[in-house]
Amino acid sequence: MSDSAQILDAKNLLCPLPILRAEQAIRPLAVGAVIEIHATDPGLVNDLPAWCSVNGHHILEIRHEGRVVIGLVKKGA
Amino acid sequence: MSEERGKDATRPVRALGLLSGGLDSTLAVRVLQEQGIEVGCVNFHTGFCIQSHTGAIRNPKKGAEPPRHDALHAAQTLGVKLHMVDISEDYVRIVTNPKHGYGKNLNPCLDCKIFMVAKAWELKEELGYDFIFTGEVMGQRPMSQRKDTFPVIDRDAGVRGWLLRPLCAQYMPETEPEKRGWVDREKLKNFTGRSRKPQMALAKAFSIVDYPTPAGGCCFLTDENYARKLQDLWQFRDSKAYSMEDIVLLKAGRHLRPRGDFKLIIGRDESENHFLSGFKAGRMTIRAKNLPGPFTLLEGSPDKEGLILACRIAARYGKGKNRSEVTMVVEGETGSDAFTVIPMPAHQVEKEWHV
Repeated sequence: MSDSAQILDAKNLLCPLPILRAEQAIRPLAVGAVIEIHATDPGLVNDLPAWCSVNGHHILEIRHEGRVVIGLVKKGA
Repeated sequence: MSEERGKDATRPVRALGLLSGGLDSTLAVRVLQEQGIEVGCVNFHTGFCIQSHTGAIRNPKKGAEPPRHDALHAAQTLGVKLHMVDISEDYVRIVTNPKHGYGKNLNPCLDCKIFMVAKAWELKEELGYDFIFTGEVMGQRPMSQRKDTFPVIDRDAGVRGWLLRPLCAQYMPETEPEKRGWVDREKLKNFTGRSRKPQMALAKAFSIVDYPTPAGGCCFLTDENYARKLQDLWQFRDSKAYSMEDIVLLKAGRHLRPRGDFKLIIGRDESENHFLSGFKAGRMTIRAKNLPGPFTLLEGSPDKEGLILACRIAARYGKGKNRSEVTMVVEGETGSDAFTVIPMPAHQVEKEWHV
């Protein structure tokens, strides 16, 4: 877990809800803020980088911990 | 109607499109991009959209790629901004009471399209786009994509003259963006009917190779099995209401209703068991004691006789199905109970119980 990241629990949500929740979570944050998304939808490994690319955010890390996919995203300008 | 463009004619024309990520909406974006139009897109989440949900619930097939969201992937490929909007709460009234009725199953296609177009128009106004567009092709869908239903969509969504359909525009009356010279009508398309050949040829011309296989639709409500489960839910609750959890659970597990007062949702593999275990709140759960087997959710409030029946059915799908007795643990919000039961033989599981 990243020290300063806001944790977003999106476990048991199906595509595209983890991304929609991430969008809601990151909107009020300042540029450069980091969110850490925890999801069980394996599609997050494809969707999170695509969402970052489309919205100008930066994907810092994406990893698996058991069934959970964890993604770290830094808000872009 | 919007006059945004009139205020600053030096900036590029900006269009907002509905993007599903399928071939048609992808091509519609490219057709406008070819004209130098700046395109942004919107994708709506209704709760019934078919992405790779089922794939995400069940055990992955060996070597299978992780599922992906088609619209996000298309937006990334097309280099467009994608606004993802959750309309699932508002969408309940479209599903439960569609003004224009249902299609073959529980698909309220015409009301759905009107609703989405109206929502897209609101977003267009908010974000300062000049007009909206869709990838609709005349004659491609029996309910919403017809020559006689297009004007109904435009009228009921309140966007008459401002919704461009680039793939079949040459068969349609001229829209405002065409009349104002923002869009060159000659470069729009004249696709009709259910054939996909013109689209595939255009995709090839645009070097678009990675698009989802054309399927029967993009919505669970057009799926006969799904629609039957939703009908069952409404019938036994005596109400057309549904929650977001309800519509997710209709996509998972084996559904059996052996009696009017309860329904079972039985996991079919390890991933599905794990998924179902996240939905315990407000439901009972059944698992075999000390034996591998499915995780089962029970919706309803059966008496003891009903619980024993439920346990016998759940035991039938576990590793102990051929044993003379299996102990099943039923857990609810108020505590747990154990029942030692005879697993139900396959021939006693009535066909009509399967929802």
